Amino acid sequence: MTGESRTMNMIQAINSAIDVAMGRDEKIVVLGEDVGYFGGVFKATEGLQKKYGKTRVFDTPISECGIIGVAVGMATYGLRPVPEIQFADYIYPALDQLVSEAARLRYRSAGEYTAPITVRTPFGGGIFGGQTHSQSPEGIFTHVAGLKTVIPSNPYDAKGLLIAAIEDNDPVIFFEPKRIYNGPFDGHYDRPVQPWSKFAESAVPDGHYTVPLGKARVVREGNDVTVLAYGTMVHVAHSVIQETGVDAELVDLRTLVPLDIETVVESVKKTGRCMVVHEATKTSGFGAELSALVQEHCFHWLEAPVQRVTGWDTPYPHSLEWAYFPGPVRLTEAFKRVMQD
Amino acid sequence: MLEFYRQMLLIRRFEEKAGQLYGLGLIGGFCHLYIGQEAVAVGLQSALEVGKDSVITGYRDHGHMLAYGIDPKLIMAELTGRAAGISRGKGGSMHMFSVDHRFYGGHGIVGAQVSLGAGLAFKHKYSGDGGVAMAYFGDGAANQGQVYESFNMAELWKLPIIFVIENNQYAMGTSVNRASAEDQLYRRGESFRIPGIQVDGMDVLAVRGAAEEAVAWVRAGKGPILLELKTYRYRGHSMSDPAKYRSRDEVQSVRDKSDPIDHLKKELEAAGVSEDDLRKLEKDIRAIVTEAADFAEQSPEPEPEELYTDVLVGQY
Repeated sequence: MTGESRTMNMIQAINSAIDVAMGRDEKIVVLGEDVGYFGGVFKATEGLQKKYGKTRVFDTPISECGIIGVAVGMATYGLRPVPEIQFADYIYPALDQLVSEAARLRYRSAGEYTAPITVRTPFGGGIFGGQTHSQSPEGIFTHVAGLKTVIPSNPYDAKGLLIAAIEDNDPVIFFEPKRIYNGPFDGHYDRPVQPWSKFAESAVPDGHYTVPLGKARVVREGNDVTVLAYGTMVHVAHSVIQETGVDAELVDLRTLVPLDIETVVESVKKTGRCMVVHEATKTSGFGAELSALVQEHCFHWLEAPVQRVTGWDTPYPHSLEWAYFPGPVRLTEAFKRVMQD
Repeated sequence: MLEFYRQMLLIRRFEEKAGQLYGLGLIGGFCHLYIGQEAVAVGLQSALEVGKDSVITGYRDHGHMLAYGIDPKLIMAELTGRAAGISRGKGGSMHMFSVDHRFYGGHGIVGAQVSLGAGLAFKHKYSGDGGVAMAYFGDGAANQGQVYESFNMAELWKLPIIFVIENNQYAMGTSVNRASAEDQLYRRGESFRIPGIQVDGMDVLAVRGAAEEAVAWVRAGKGPILLELKTYRYRGHSMSDPAKYRSRDEVQSVRDKSDPIDHLKKELEAAGVSEDDLRKLEKDIRAIVTEAADFAEQSPEPEPEELYTDVLVGQY
């Protein structure tokens, strides 16, 4: 029973997801820096402390390693914590707890203990945040066996995927593309932001529903080339496809691990060409994994080398953000390359 | 005393201008102003020897650089992301450095600079250069685990380091007592046998006095010392924070009763400094700040090739 739909931006959809999940299960608790009283720096947890009280929605000190460690302990003993790491750039102190504890507890206890935590963290660039507020570290987490990695690209998916993640029995890193919290981004930074209310994906049911983990979405069907993207880059790619008139099939992966390989393979076998797009740096990025998988599964169907359009192999710059960001110019060039042979 | 006043006023006017430039869209992203806390950096760094001692701090770093006499033009141009900025536009507000001053930044990750400070202190001791390291961090950073790992090593190895907690009462929207089991932060070193002193961070002379004491302790080879500077930031945590977690009255009351600049101005007047002299000083400072802002606005952006420089020391 999902009830009425309302227009929501991504922040509101995420807030609604946590609200709905908490209302159904008192084992769910929310913790993090400024998530309670302040309601989160991006206001994703606004009003939840008032509604559910300070024992279920609470502020922590600035102690990322401690936040995740405590959450893993809670989860092991039966709670379902939803910790927030304020920016994905701050997650590294917690990496030890995520990699060595959350991800591997189930394996080393032969399934006796698990750590069903959902780590929410805003990530990505396009907000002039410089190197400590713009990173896309998803590839670090997809490399760790035992973690799931989820990245929504619109309000409807954000809510459904977040509820699915919270209800999932494994630890999930839930990256929120903060550039598109208030509206999708077409890659043209000089144009005004269009609010989510102008787009169909902002119609979000009030009640409970899930978007299953591990299922990609074909955003646009096409015959000439498959574009694999997630998060903000879904919208940048979509806009470039429309501008260039390429008959591309755009796949929003939504979950990187577990990956919906069937949808990817089916699409590439149809189109014979593939382009992978992400904001993160190129070397050892998730695009490398996608590229390898496409090659393994679709070698005989490929008409051209797989193209990767990514951030450059540099730290995220303060100035020159739009030279770093894989925007419309680079995507257009990549379309030319992938369609050449 | 007049020099303290000049430095604090420069920081205040510089930060006000930075706030304006932010409002005009010339500075983007994240920008954390030092307004209200001027006495801390000015008083502490006045007791250090520039070029011999080293300083490292977090992201609220404009004041520390100005207190060291670093050219306001280069700082403002970094804020606007221009090639003439002190990090050539690649660091931004939170990430600025000066080798000449042994100023090691400007760090965006809360608390991360504290361990680096211990490393700087290790090098001072290792090379026997007689210098000390000063590592600033905030009341929020005081709850990061690595701060305590650094405390332990610093005392264990008797490193010449002054740990400085700039307690401005709020870690973004969370007040000290809502985040800290022991909110008397100068006591945070006790279990490591690091002595701590609580200091009125709104009184630049008191800050200078405490700094002298701390420097003497550390230079004498007695190991680290911890200073807690009780201060207050008038503005939000960053430009995007309307600071609704505290009342307007609370901020106004601090401004009225404890403003470090007003306080020193009264002392200067009592000491016989004429109103004309103070007015002239104010005018000079406004000119410096205006010049810095014009420079920061008119300097060109970095060339796209800069994106790939300084990634590694060697060539790709």
